[in-house]
Amino acid sequence: MNQHVSAGLADPVHVQPTELEDVVRLVGLKRRFGATAALDGVSLTVKKGEILGIIGRSGAGKSTLIRCLNGLERPDSGEVFIEGREIGRLSERELQPLRRRIGMVFQHFNLLSAKTVEENVALPLKIEGRPRADRMARAAELLQLVGLSEKAKAYPASLSGGQKQRVGIARALAARPALLLSDEATSALDPETTRSILALLKDINSRLGLTILLITHEMEVIRSIADRVAVIDAGRIVEEGAVWQVFADPKSEITRSLLGGIRPQLPPGIASRLVAGEGVETILKVDVAGEAARGALLSDLAVTVPGPFRLVHGGIEHVQGQPVGTLFIAVLGVGAHLAQVTTFLRDRGARVEVLGHVAGPV
Amino acid sequence: MSPVLFELLLRSIWETVLMTGASGLISLVFGLPLGLALVASDHGGIAESLWVNRSLGAIINGFRSVPFIILLVALIPVTRLIVGTSIGTWAAIVPLSIAATPYYARIAEVSLREVDHGLIEAARAMGGNRWTIVREVLVPEALPGIVAGFTVTLVTLVGASAMAGAIGAGGLGDLAIRYGYQRFETSVMVAVVVVLIVLVCGIQWIGDRLVARLDRRE
Repeated sequence: MNQHVSAGLADPVHVQPTELEDVVRLVGLKRRFGATAALDGVSLTVKKGEILGIIGRSGAGKSTLIRCLNGLERPDSGEVFIEGREIGRLSERELQPLRRRIGMVFQHFNLLSAKTVEENVALPLKIEGRPRADRMARAAELLQLVGLSEKAKAYPASLSGGQKQRVGIARALAARPALLLSDEATSALDPETTRSILALLKDINSRLGLTILLITHEMEVIRSIADRVAVIDAGRIVEEGAVWQVFADPKSEITRSLLGGIRPQLPPGIASRLVAGEGVETILKVDVAGEAARGALLSDLAVTVPGPFRLVHGGIEHVQGQPVGTLFIAVLGVGAHLAQVTTFLRDRGARVEVLGHVAGPV
Repeated sequence: MSPVLFELLLRSIWETVLMTGASGLISLVFGLPLGLALVASDHGGIAESLWVNRSLGAIINGFRSVPFIILLVALIPVTRLIVGTSIGTWAAIVPLSIAATPYYARIAEVSLREVDHGLIEAARAMGGNRWTIVREVLVPEALPGIVAGFTVTLVTLVGASAMAGAIGAGGLGDLAIRYGYQRFETSVMVAVVVVLIVLVCGIQWIGDRLVARLDRRE
């Protein structure tokens, strides 16, 4: 940081490339509503070309955070840099041209009912004061991109939810923004439509190199398209990292709870029979990721540590191309054999947790 | 009905249409911006100013609480100042407009207030200024309600214009009172009532058609 500043003073041209790497940089953002702190010191960066997902429960401060990025919400303190420029002290009028650099997609689409699909898409350009022919040409181009060319003259009321969001995305891209903000863009859509909208966002990200910051309460959304994830709770970022790493090794309770819905859980029928003390079999939870998940872990275990064990439940999935998995293993016995099993697994890089014992075969 | 009375009826129809149309148009021109000002200045509006909002609201309520027949007489000096005379059809247009403008402002306010706040936020997020929000969002989105409210205002004006006979403005109401009621000309009374029904139904029908065409919402 210090070095950064002094370099900037000595040679402003030289620092520019590094500053441009960060499309968004938030420093110590705070915002209170009455007695509750919606944002309680949030610092975050979004790098050029990446998809950063911010996840949290409702009321965690996600909406306030995303709205601070285009000045729809003013932080009480802290700084918001967009492409290296601090926007906190800009007036509403000064913010207007800057907002044209930032596209925004909304949960409830927010399309104008009185305008046709192409007029909706062209609206940001109309606001910029571009001539009509330009606007319509760009709208047609974008509708092609989102696969809705044939709906150009239709009104939003005649579209399905997924189609409306495609129009919303096309509109957000109209002014060629440097950053796309997605405010729960798929939360009002069914699972299949959600997948197609997420695929579209990913496609736009990779084809146009567009930086995307999305907020969601669904881990599935993060898994599908985000490169990095930041977990927000009570106005603070409690965890941040590459998606596969956070999936493999969630540090905070809130992250584990948000992951709960999409990671393998011990089946309730077994969980209800777990006891802490004596038992015939011991149930282990084995988290594997990266190398540990790629190798022949279970067959090596069988060879190295003779003695029966069974795979009860679990699986390995691929997040960002990295294998991440959770296996529930039942090991016969509780003594030295069990210790050998856990030692072997830990040596291979797995995280092992003894959940408890069961009296008989499960 | 004698030819003289028939001619009188035709003239009265024209006077009523003129009074209703002219004061309706004036109330639209002033009432819509006033309605916009009310919505914009209100809490959470695009130009929040509670002081302006309360003052405008009080003035509008003041005008709306005065019975029209009293407004008609009380505004005579104002009418004379604007039209040059305080009697006749054109003189009646002044108090009619002044009564209808705050009435329409309130109706327009309701329609404008119903525009989804998310749409205003979307326009702001696109970099739109207040004028953009008014022109591209508030007015177009509220247009069906603005037109429906204008229809209601016109119909109310048809009724209010009947009282304008008190200052010699003529019109159908005046004809019905002087000939149908005071001179027991039942045929005139019936004719006036039929014409008024046709007029009101016509205005409502055109208004409804227009609203149906404008409304693109689900």
